[in-house]
Amino acid sequence: MAITEEPLALTSGEAATVERPLGALTRPKGGNGWRDWLSTVDHKKIGIMYGVAAMFFFVVGGIEALLIRLQLAAPDGQILSAEVYNQVFTMHGVTMVFLFIMPLAAAFANYLIPLQIGARDVAFPRLNALSFWIWISGAVFLNTSWIVGGGGADCGWFCYSPNSGLAFSPSHGVDFYVIGLQIAGVASLISAANLIVTVLNMRAPGMTLFRMPVLTWMLLVTQFLLLFALPVITVALFLLMFDRLFDAQFFNPETGGDPLLWQHLFWIFGHPEVYIIILPSFGIISEIIPTFSRKPIFGYSFMVFSGIAIGFMGWGVWAHHMFVSGIGPFSVAAFSLSTMFIAVPTGVKILNWLATMWGGKLRFTTAMLFAVGTVAMFTIGGLSGVTHSLAPADSQQTDTYYIVAHFHYVIFGGGVLGLMGGLYFWWPKIFGHCLNEFWGKVHFWVILVGFNLTFGPMHVVGLQGMSRRIDTYAAGYGFEFWNLVATIGSFIIALGVLIFFFNVWKSRRDAADLPAPGPDPWDARSLEWMLPSPTPEHNFDTIPVVESEDEWWHRKYGYDENKRVVRIATIEEAAQDGSATGVHLPAPSFWPLVLALGLPLIGYGLIFNLWLAVVGGALTGLAIYSWALEPVDDPDADHGHGHDDHHDDDDDGGDDHAADDSEPVTAGAEGGE
Amino acid sequence: MATATIDSPDTHAADGHDEHHTSTGISNTKLAMWAFLGSECLLFGGLISTYLLYKTRRGPGPDNTTIPTDIFDIPFTSVSSFVLLMSSLTMVLALSALTRGDNQATRAWLLSTAMLGGVFIGGQVYEFTSFLREGVGFTHNPASSAFFTLTGFHGVHVSLGIVMLMSLFVASKQGKLTPKNTETVEIVGLYWHFVDVVWIFIFTVIYLIPVE
Amino acid sequence: MSETLTEPHVDHDDAHEHPSDWAYIKIALILAVFTGIEVLTYFESALPIFENTSVTIATLMFLMVVKFYLVATWFMHLRFDNKIFSQLFVGGLILATGVYVIALAAFEFWA
Repeated sequence: MAITEEPLALTSGEAATVERPLGALTRPKGGNGWRDWLSTVDHKKIGIMYGVAAMFFFVVGGIEALLIRLQLAAPDGQILSAEVYNQVFTMHGVTMVFLFIMPLAAAFANYLIPLQIGARDVAFPRLNALSFWIWISGAVFLNTSWIVGGGGADCGWFCYSPNSGLAFSPSHGVDFYVIGLQIAGVASLISAANLIVTVLNMRAPGMTLFRMPVLTWMLLVTQFLLLFALPVITVALFLLMFDRLFDAQFFNPETGGDPLLWQHLFWIFGHPEVYIIILPSFGIISEIIPTFSRKPIFGYSFMVFSGIAIGFMGWGVWAHHMFVSGIGPFSVAAFSLSTMFIAVPTGVKILNWLATMWGGKLRFTTAMLFAVGTVAMFTIGGLSGVTHSLAPADSQQTDTYYIVAHFHYVIFGGGVLGLMGGLYFWWPKIFGHCLNEFWGKVHFWVILVGFNLTFGPMHVVGLQGMSRRIDTYAAGYGFEFWNLVATIGSFIIALGVLIFFFNVWKSRRDAADLPAPGPDPWDARSLEWMLPSPTPEHNFDTIPVVESEDEWWHRKYGYDENKRVVRIATIEEAAQDGSATGVHLPAPSFWPLVLALGLPLIGYGLIFNLWLAVVGGALTGLAIYSWALEPVDDPDADHGHGHDDHHDDDDDGGDDHAADDSEPVTAGAEGGE
Repeated sequence: MATATIDSPDTHAADGHDEHHTSTGISNTKLAMWAFLGSECLLFGGLISTYLLYKTRRGPGPDNTTIPTDIFDIPFTSVSSFVLLMSSLTMVLALSALTRGDNQATRAWLLSTAMLGGVFIGGQVYEFTSFLREGVGFTHNPASSAFFTLTGFHGVHVSLGIVMLMSLFVASKQGKLTPKNTETVEIVGLYWHFVDVVWIFIFTVIYLIPVE
Repeated sequence: MSETLTEPHVDHDDAHEHPSDWAYIKIALILAVFTGIEVLTYFESALPIFENTSVTIATLMFLMVVKFYLVATWFMHLRFDNKIFSQLFVGGLILATGVYVIALAAFEFWA
């Protein structure tokens, strides 16, 4: 915190007086061991940790999906009991949405936003670490309900009341859902505020908003959606938590509570959430497609504005999830119309991607395959989505597998495929070696085939009337064949995921024998590619001055007198070599981790024993104050105030505590000074 | 052109409070605070809407049909609302004193702000206990659950604000609060005023507008 | 949301021309008077006009908005500060008002 930072940093004739601000934890010094990962505030390391954790939960959610498909492979499945089936499909949805796709998008946001806007780090590096640790503590907390909570939540990922009440869900699963998502929500809220400030305030000279890469734009819109949507789900989760833990009367119809209130609050959050999931992927393929078409993105401003329009309109369509909830004909008609309108900006995007490829010099690398696959699969999902906007049709489709098919085409086809493409695209930048292209292509085709085999047939059985969320089905309704196909498809997806992990392993093993990818293996367009691969710790040797959109590309290419594109500089000439020394970087800290550990303790305490919550709250409070009293810049660090030539304004002085005030939603996170 | 780079313009922004070295020229911290306050609008909006929806939902009876509006003590709440409103004045005066470098006055105003907030919280505790004496507890009926949740959330916000104010007070005592730190005080002030405007809304919409 | 995203400009004009203490006190006095009027509406005998519920509600809402505006613009310095702050805050306010008014309308709350 700034008010303590100043005297601590300046009055210290002897460094000894400030070495250990509270005497509790020695200031971490950095390095490469595990301690460094626990205390890092480097946005790149935090991004990698988000990515690794997200892939772990992808496997967890994937295993849950396979269990569902095994159960449904044949009529009268016996693999899971009805109770466990409810838990498994609920936790599958929750895990994939909150613990896989959102953090994987956060991985890209953390790693790439500072690089794409020409910054050394995010605006608040320690808060960034805090976001990660809080998120992962919430994620682990949520999944411990399998062990200590009597099973997972069993109310579906949108957890409709009154199914979520104690009467119908007496185990602790829903309590873990409620508190786990609140913890994860705090993480996303902090991260959203942090990244919004980063994009608005940390841009390199000349990097105007309309020179920013489309990915940064889409991630910015996503952060705004998170900023405004998370408090709404927070309210809903608190009401449900009070109902379950403290006998409040919010959703109990017998005493006058209204289950519809939950539905409204959930979907006011839930629909923007759909765009929170999909927009990062849209941004990623908007980087991949121009690169491998050797053309600038078609209609840059249309791309940006349609993304903003989607962000806006996403707030006005939530009740289309509730057409059969009895919300009245006027509401149905209004939300039906608004839903049809939101197809327009989405269509604009698809058109622009196609127009970008049109006449381009296409190179079908793995990343490009995934990007094109995203466009195609998302289009299918978008079209089935339009059929839901027609309320009479939707009334028939609701709660059938047709809906399941639709949102998997959107979320898996539109979201996950794009993120996978992003992994192939930025892998060399992050790890310094490319992923193997042959195995990458195998990965893509196996996933694509498996995906369509799994979710395509669900359109059919859905329209035939097969209900979602029912643990089994009887023979003789014509569901058998397509369900078996879907199950086979799901195992093909699993094979594809295994191929990906194999590829990761193989590419790393082979990397030593292959030529290094260099700063810019794809002949790409945005600023991160002017840095060595992997990105040096300090990012830019010197902050670039930006003169145009696609800045990096314009440093490599110009136009001759006939307006033909000509090379004006080689990659080696134009790139930075990462050799700068003495760059002043924010000092690592253990306090974000300690703070984050307090929150699940509060969660367990609320469920099992309030004394534990007191301990958790005390730990959180201690961490906040210690954090605030810890000088932002470690006075003992090698690169101290003596030579901070390259310092940029990323230190977070008093900043941190101000944003910490910002989570009164968590019991213990009082604003610290 | 190809390799034109210069140093970051903010090479010496060592204390993190140099407002004029960001792309927009505004401070990171303040921007983050305002983003957070924008987000809080949706939080309180949801709680207020929940209360509005439930404000006349009496339980099925016979023991749980009293709703908070039946037993509001408007004159009492008016006084505590006024106290909170005036704490916004003392907050800006604290900031203004710090800008002038008048540490004595800064501490006096910080302390009075915290104390006014404390009076407000005391009033809320009194209100809650008097409700409990009337038998209207948190679990009484949907209206009471919504009332306690909304005003309780607000009360927690005020209490956190008091903690922040007292921390500033202590920092000032230790000589760590100088005119260079006006932004820290300003940001705590923003939070405090926000909590105040939320109560302006709650006082009118929840307490004063008559329920038929 | 996007209204917050103006073109970047190096804006040095948030030079904190804070009003004088006396100006703050005047604002607080106005707030106090308004609060007094608000409370008066509770005592229907105070002014016969407040026996009409619609008039009372209209008066209360008007005074509430003015008080909110005064605190936000003066005490929170929005009128002296960078536009981005106002845009963020007003963006949140408008969004909150919009979604919750519509959600309550779906419950026929306003009917």
